[in-house]
Amino acid sequence: MYETTYRRPTSIDEAVKLLRESDGEGKLMSGGMTLIPTMKARLAMPSALIDLRHIEDLKGISFENGRLRIGGGTTHAETKASETVRQNAPTFSYLAGLIGDPAVRHMGTVGGAVANHDPAADYPAALLAMGATIHTNTREIAADDFFTGMFETALEENEIVTAVSFEPPQAAGWEKFRNPASRYAMAGVFVAKRADGTVGVGVTGAGNNGVFRWTAAEEALSSSFDASALDGLSISPDDMMGDMHGSAGYRANLVKVVTKRAVNAAKG
Amino acid sequence: MSTVSMTVNGRKVSGECEDRTLLVHFLRDNLHLTGTHVGCDTSQCGACVVHLDGKSVKSCTMLAVQASGSEVTTIEGIAKGQDLHAVQTAFKEHHGLQCGYCTPGMIMTITDMINRHGSDLDEETVREELDGNICRCTGYHNIVKAALDAASKMGAGQQQVAAE
Ligand SMILES: Cc1cc2nc3c(=O)[nH]c(=O)nc-3n(C[C@H](O)[C@H](O)[C@H](O)COP(=O)(O)OP(=O)(O)OC[C@H]3O[C@@H](n4cnc5c(N)ncnc54)[C@H](O)[C@@H]3O)c2cc1C
Ligand code: FES
Ligand code: FES
Repeated sequence: MYETTYRRPTSIDEAVKLLRESDGEGKLMSGGMTLIPTMKARLAMPSALIDLRHIEDLKGISFENGRLRIGGGTTHAETKASETVRQNAPTFSYLAGLIGDPAVRHMGTVGGAVANHDPAADYPAALLAMGATIHTNTREIAADDFFTGMFETALEENEIVTAVSFEPPQAAGWEKFRNPASRYAMAGVFVAKRADGTVGVGVTGAGNNGVFRWTAAEEALSSSFDASALDGLSISPDDMMGDMHGSAGYRANLVKVVTKRAVNAAKG
Repeated sequence: MSTVSMTVNGRKVSGECEDRTLLVHFLRDNLHLTGTHVGCDTSQCGACVVHLDGKSVKSCTMLAVQASGSEVTTIEGIAKGQDLHAVQTAFKEHHGLQCGYCTPGMIMTITDMINRHGSDLDEETVREELDGNICRCTGYHNIVKAALDAASKMGAGQQQVAAE
């Protein structure tokens, strides 16, 4: 790991100030579950690490005016353990409990996961499917506009993810087909029957440009919320990731299979 | 360089280290607590698991400065003198280790699991939650047995205390 300097702000304003002072060379750090492995591999060399774990305003889970709001600094384990999340969005709670392993869940945060936009990260699929909002220190961004490409988001320099929020769906299913070694999704699909009756389908781990919505499946499921509605559909391998674990053609088929399972899970 | 202060196995310690020093190296090199191991450089093997403020974390994926001000428990801190911790005893009885390299991390992960699930811990949960701990020797079977045995004994112990 290259040399760096550690900072521990206790407010969002202080964190932004420290980040500004680092002239684009510093990096925010939440759980460090992505950032530290990257630094250990010398793939990143931030001059300063601005630790967000001690900022109270980034914590907390609430349900108000029909929306569930999860602070950016909330760990996967806290999301999983929250009674408020379990009651209002049990599938989201289930998803949080399947990210990584217990030690990763004790540190990794929703803010870090969405800001990082790993092409196989779990939360982005759910947030897209549910039509969630990403809150930052300066604005609110619809999930549709937030995830712009693999490892890319709409975040500006010096912008901090402060929370995510969404209206709990009427029904939802999360199916994660895991790589047996890394346990990351090779195809992870979140199907949400939204409050207005339309259906959202968010896919992670498979697309060659990060997380995406499978709109043809959404239309089919909005008219008939049943796995059979997907029978005539197919996904083009041209849009899929291909690697040593599975070709693009394999993933294209897998997405359909996994989406069907997610629909069945949503119908309980 | 920063001064790092934390409570390790109940003892207040402080030391100087570079900001980039990983917690595992601070424990091993500064405090000479070499029970915590390093088995990979990709945060996947779990040989380095310790408890930070009561929760399992990978000490190879955390800076020592991040842990400053916290309470850390390592494998050296769980036995009471000569009396092994229930999970250590169960590993011994069920032959839960061969070379022993993964064992400190396994035991710290399993004690955390039992803290959260108590005697309700079942085999499926143990196997699922051992996701982040790799063992090259045992095939996991005896590790799972040890975890379940320790959970039932620790759970029974808790009930006894409650009944007294
Ligand atoms: C062994 C292992 C297995 C894993 N398995 C999975 C898995 O199955 N599914 C999955 O989805 N993830 C998985 N992860 C990743 C994990 O969920 C990470 O915790 C998460 O992706 C990043 O969150 P973090 O809080 O650790 O972020 P960090 O590592 O601290 O930061 C990640 C990036 O986001 C930036 N950042 C952090 N917080 C903010 C913020 N609030 N606002 C703006 N930018 C910010 C940082 O500057 C950095 O660039 C795994 C990780 C490991 C080590
Ligand atoms: S050494 Fe920490 S996970 Fe392998
Ligand atoms: S006992 Fe040898 S690695 Fe587990």
